[in-house]
Amino acid sequence: MTVKELLELEKFEAVNIADDSRKIIGGYCGDLLSWVMGRAEENNVFVTIMVNVNVIAVASLINVSCVVICENAELSDELITAAKQKGINLIRTPLASFEACAYLSNLI
Amino acid sequence: MSEAINFHYVVDGDDFTSAGEASVDIKRKLRQLGVDPAIIRRVSIAMYEGEVNMVIHAEGGTVDVNVYEDKIEMILSDEGPGIANVELAMKAGFSTAPDYVRSLGFGAGMGLPNMKSYTDGMEIDTKIGVGTTITMVVNLK
Repeated sequence: MTVKELLELEKFEAVNIADDSRKIIGGYCGDLLSWVMGRAEENNVFVTIMVNVNVIAVASLINVSCVVICENAELSDELITAAKQKGINLIRTPLASFEACAYLSNLI
Repeated sequence: MSEAINFHYVVDGDDFTSAGEASVDIKRKLRQLGVDPAIIRRVSIAMYEGEVNMVIHAEGGTVDVNVYEDKIEMILSDEGPGIANVELAMKAGFSTAPDYVRSLGFGAGMGLPNMKSYTDGMEIDTKIGVGTTITMVVNLK
């Protein structure tokens, strides 16, 4: 699926979209960023509840398709600004990480 | 050997959230040089882990990236406390990072193991109370 198709789903809200044509070919869920950097792959959806600005740096380095922040965690202006500057697709959902992954895994 | 292209960065030790600026910049520079994206990914991830380490443990430091015809070399130097037990520090899951770092998503003890696994060679030169220099190499061929 693409980021655009993901955003058409009811529970996924666009926070910053740089390129909605990005393909999602898999996913990785985690909050420990070194773990994520070691395991997540390019063109993955990165599912997390971590909302500090390092998430954007990690997303940029791995070149994930998009970041999905779960449980409607509060997003700082700093995080959103970093996503804009680095061209990261940032999406938010009220779903918990487990629910978001279970839901998305059927669609990817 | 032909002359290397050098990029020099100073990593600010005060600002945890800005860690990664050098890695993101080197990613852009290597892309401009036409380096294979898979190589760029390995270099920038290894360097980011190194930068984060320098901010957590050593109040910052410097990074020199030398791009040769056949390899990319990263030299990360700090004047921090040094690593008491390198073998232990290399063990996945071992961390001496303070708790606040874990709340930022780091300190899982994966930094050095990631740096090793993403590069073709890594050397650690460390002295207690003097500092640490880590040299990593990623082959281009």
